[in-house]
Amino acid sequence: MTQPNETAIKFENVCYEVDQLSILNNITGVFYKGKITTLVGPSGAGKTTLLKMCNGLISPTEGELFIQNQPITSFEPTSLRKSVGIVLQSAPIIRGTVYDNLALPFKLQNKKFTEADAFNSLEGVGLNSSLLYRKASDLSGGQRQKLSIARTLINRPQILLLDEITSALDPTSVHEIEQLILKINKKYNATIIWITHNIDQAKRLGDFTWIMMEGQLLESGESSILSNSSNELVYQFAVGGEKE
Amino acid sequence: MTYTALSLTLIFVLIPLILSKSLKLGLEKDTVIATVRSVIQLLAVGYVLKFVFEANSNIYILLMIALIIIAATLNARKKGKAIKGITWKIAVTFIMIEVVTQGILLGLNIVPATAQYIIPISGMLIGNSMVLSILFLNRFSAEIETSRDEIELILSLGGTPKQAIQKQLTDSIRASMIPTIESQKTIGLVQLPGMMSGQIIGGADPIQAVQFQLLIIFGLLTTATLTSILIGFLSYPTLFNERMQILRKILY
Repeated sequence: MTQPNETAIKFENVCYEVDQLSILNNITGVFYKGKITTLVGPSGAGKTTLLKMCNGLISPTEGELFIQNQPITSFEPTSLRKSVGIVLQSAPIIRGTVYDNLALPFKLQNKKFTEADAFNSLEGVGLNSSLLYRKASDLSGGQRQKLSIARTLINRPQILLLDEITSALDPTSVHEIEQLILKINKKYNATIIWITHNIDQAKRLGDFTWIMMEGQLLESGESSILSNSSNELVYQFAVGGEKE
Repeated sequence: MTYTALSLTLIFVLIPLILSKSLKLGLEKDTVIATVRSVIQLLAVGYVLKFVFEANSNIYILLMIALIIIAATLNARKKGKAIKGITWKIAVTFIMIEVVTQGILLGLNIVPATAQYIIPISGMLIGNSMVLSILFLNRFSAEIETSRDEIELILSLGGTPKQAIQKQLTDSIRASMIPTIESQKTIGLVQLPGMMSGQIIGGADPIQAVQFQLLIIFGLLTTATLTSILIGFLSYPTLFNERMQILRKILY
């Protein structure tokens, strides 16, 4: 695969510390525009922190982060967050109905969100339209996750950050969501960064993969590194057992 | 009341001391400290008030009000220590309450501009404001901790800090005001307010006592609303940084 030139997000020696505890340690790397990069690694590797940083929810304590070759600090936070959307793993919902949740991004911008817009959003993520006026807190874990994806997509972000969005879904829903994300990637040339614990999913969907461990970027490259990395730690994590 | 009669009321202190000792509640020391402090503090304030009333000087009135505001601020700020600049935020709130309430009471000639009226009314209103600010800060910190995901969600979708915190702010303002409104609904039915009871015992006309009590009740509604709203709107911006990120460590 030839390396695409356009950079969507670039990390330059990025560190993040909380109370002198290192969460991200000297991360340097690139996410390419229009590509899907899967982000894998054990819990506590710093993957979610890295995604939140791209959305501007937290800032590096050292190093620099660039979005489309501009320092992240040059963007106005609210406009940055609309163009770099994040779907959080906990799929938080606001009190109210499914409609209230879908309308939230528009409401924050004082824009009108019609019922038709809401039906389209539900259909897009494979949720039944009869759920529109159901209390969001009554949804199942999988439905909440889909609602969360639909809500983030309302802003039509150019960069989409996904934090384990299929972990609570059944196999059929996983397939539907994977197809939806692939469609968004192809149709809008959207850049996708996708945290997953499913190595098969990471290989299957990712053009590129970052492997993180204990706050460090262990290895990055085409997703085939998950099968043929020479790094012993990567092999142990991705394949299991020791490399012969 | 004679001092002999007053000393006989110490029976009300002896009862809890004996019960605490016999039931091993371990409250004897605190009960004694509370009794001694209340005697010293109230006698001291009684003599100070007597001096201020007799002097009838505006400077002494202002000094007494300043003392009330400082004491209330120092007490209330303990609950919001982690909010940047909480001391001046609370102090500004109490000063505003004093200015608004006394401005209306004195400006419209509702009460005479003398120490006998200004100081007790200020004490009651600022005292209530202090309790309310503690209630508000307690509730606000709990709301933020439990709704962190929701706040972060709104920020992540491009919302401003004000939009992200709006629900928690209004919920906390409402919650801190409810006790004031609720207690006013049953006033006179369940309990006679302290000030009114004091006036009646002191020999005042009950109707006159009720009139002054109503003045205080209406004043409390204003202080309740102003306290929560002012502290809330002065405090929430300090929970976020200039990049519109919610600070990791906020309230305790």
